[in-house]
Amino acid sequence: MRGKFWGGVHPAGRKELSSDVPPSPCPAPAQVVIPLQQHIGRPCDPLVAVGDQVKMGQKIGDGEGMCAPVHASVSGRVTAIEERPHPSGGRCLAVVIENDFQDTYESALTPHPETGGLDADTLIESIREAGIVGMGGATFPTDIKASIGKVETLIANACECEPYITADDVLICTDGDRAIRGLLLLRQILRPGRTVIAIEDNKARAIAVLREKLKDVPEIELAVLPTRYPQGAEKQLIQVLTGRQVPSGGLPRDVGCAVFNVATCAFVARAVVEGEPVLRRIVTVTGHGIREPRNLLVPIGTSFADAVAAAGGLTGPVWKVIAGGPMMGRAQRDLSAPVTKGVNAIVALTEEDNGEGAHPSCIRCGKCVAVCPMGLQPLYLYRFSRRGDTAALRRYSILDCIECGCCAYTCPGKLSIVEAIREGKTLVRKEGK
Amino acid sequence: MELTVSSSPHIRSGDSTRRIMIDVLISLAPALAAGVIFFGLRALALALVSVAAAVAAEWLWRRLAWQYSTISDCSAAVTGLLLALTLPATVPYWMAALGAAFAVVVVKGCFGGLGQNVFNPALAARALLLLCFPAAMTRFAVPGAQLPLLGAVDAATAATPLHTMVMPALPEQSLLDLFLGRTGGSMGEVSALALLLGGAYLVWRRVIKLRIPLTYLGTVAVLTLIFSRGQDHLLWMLYQLLSGGLLLGAIFMASDYATSPATPGGQALYGIGCGVLTVVFRYTGLYPEGVTYAILLMNAGSWLLERFTPTRLFGAPQRKGGLR
Repeated sequence: MRGKFWGGVHPAGRKELSSDVPPSPCPAPAQVVIPLQQHIGRPCDPLVAVGDQVKMGQKIGDGEGMCAPVHASVSGRVTAIEERPHPSGGRCLAVVIENDFQDTYESALTPHPETGGLDADTLIESIREAGIVGMGGATFPTDIKASIGKVETLIANACECEPYITADDVLICTDGDRAIRGLLLLRQILRPGRTVIAIEDNKARAIAVLREKLKDVPEIELAVLPTRYPQGAEKQLIQVLTGRQVPSGGLPRDVGCAVFNVATCAFVARAVVEGEPVLRRIVTVTGHGIREPRNLLVPIGTSFADAVAAAGGLTGPVWKVIAGGPMMGRAQRDLSAPVTKGVNAIVALTEEDNGEGAHPSCIRCGKCVAVCPMGLQPLYLYRFSRRGDTAALRRYSILDCIECGCCAYTCPGKLSIVEAIREGKTLVRKEGK
Repeated sequence: MELTVSSSPHIRSGDSTRRIMIDVLISLAPALAAGVIFFGLRALALALVSVAAAVAAEWLWRRLAWQYSTISDCSAAVTGLLLALTLPATVPYWMAALGAAFAVVVVKGCFGGLGQNVFNPALAARALLLLCFPAAMTRFAVPGAQLPLLGAVDAATAATPLHTMVMPALPEQSLLDLFLGRTGGSMGEVSALALLLGGAYLVWRRVIKLRIPLTYLGTVAVLTLIFSRGQDHLLWMLYQLLSGGLLLGAIFMASDYATSPATPGGQALYGIGCGVLTVVFRYTGLYPEGVTYAILLMNAGSWLLERFTPTRLFGAPQRKGGLR
């Protein structure tokens, strides 16, 4: 049941900038800033107070409901609990820890070297307590995603279709066993009929690694897909692998699917087997604005400035610094925000990458309609958003937009279509309340 | 350090309005060259005058409207060249200039500029000239006539294949003549070969999709085959396809972004509509040619077709067509 998703674009990959293996460790920073919200849902309440001594791996924030706990990524002293910049823009309550460079480690999680007999509840509890969220950038709490009973198809997403990013690629090359083990643990929870690892064909090295490792794992199928953006978008990937469409406003489970990023899988194995929470992650620090683009193993809470410095610093004046990939990532005001669980890349673009036009105008070429993977008509969403016509926006199904950016990427008139659609969505949601 | 903060996506394709318009200019070069080969340097001069007038009108209009200059997007140049190619090589220069200015200012500028116009500017200007100067606009020189660059044109004129077919009878020119362009007609429409080359370039460069040209030409082919007026139906159909402004219209005018539907379904209906109207006008109209008015009429109905053909939405049952 191999299909294609609709539309899509082929931006230049630029992944060769940072294909180094293994990822270099990012020097531990003197101070980490751990935001109490690094997931979709309600923020954590702090579990520590200013002046407390914390250990690496200690839970420092948690909450009820849809919430993923956060942990200290270094040992040291809490110097502040205050609002700090967040990579998704805006500010967020964060725990600031001064590193004592002792790396005194203590985890409340129980390691389970033998995982065969573990039941779903134990596994889900480990995932929750480790604070695992969608590590591909979506940051949806993984324990909630895994608590949906039985599914037909379990998908590990290693597409990494965004240009520049090589974090998952490198993860598979260096830590593939752990990712596969994590996927098997998720399989234990979700009991799917079919388990697939999906990867795009521009990652030859990772594909070879997976082929080799999956030789003895017949229950996992490897799907090598022709590279096209946004293949790694959840709905599009499900469409490709199963031919089914997640209904408008629905979730993957409505079509019997659960999709986890491959890095998320690796964290699941780390949490269950080793009892280690999310403390550090691979971040691709890259772009022509970075002197030595590379993959770094970065403690959560390290500032962008420290991570960039670990990659040789900036080459000079840069145009934009992005948390995440250039298609869907967030442009940063400065380098003060910390690396959170969902930050898989820091991309520094220079003025040469600036493809925006001085006088955007729609020539009705219809290319946005042709590339939209959701079957929308972005040119009208743009027009009606700018006009504030919420009735028309609803008619044109604005809330189905996944903000993948294909429309704006391809637009010869250089319209900021995604920006307009976001504004339009806000208007529609406000009205709906 | 000053970082730019704006919405994703942060990278854009190399495509631009200017690049598209330059591609259209390139794709029209073979048709212009054919015009020069068959009607002499006057064809080139006429094209230059038309382009210059269009660009000048655009510059002046935007200036008077206190808006930034748009001449660098090359869309005015495209309009000027397209208009010139729909004119007989015998028309006076001022007529081309007048048409070009009308196209840019009235048909495009007054409707809000590029992308906002309801009618194809070049075709609307041609329709205006045909209305105001019917004699000059239907005086087609015989191919090979070396028209004087300056002064009044007093060349031998020829009946175009379409004139003959109104009889109805098959033209004396061979199909090969029509294919190469050895026939009377507007300076850019005579050579099917040149137009097809240009069309192939546009498709290769992904400037246009084949949907509109193919549905348009296909509809004309089917209709002229069914309602053939010749002894040999197939021959009649081929003559209909190769004569007049059909190829120029189907490839370069009907596929105009601003004036055709943006939805795939709408584009197909639009092409079919153009084809039906072209055949109806050719068979029953006052003029032997019907392409101009067929496309202009479909321009007016373009928005309606688009409303009737919404795109298929991901994850939703196919919505019912109809006015929403």
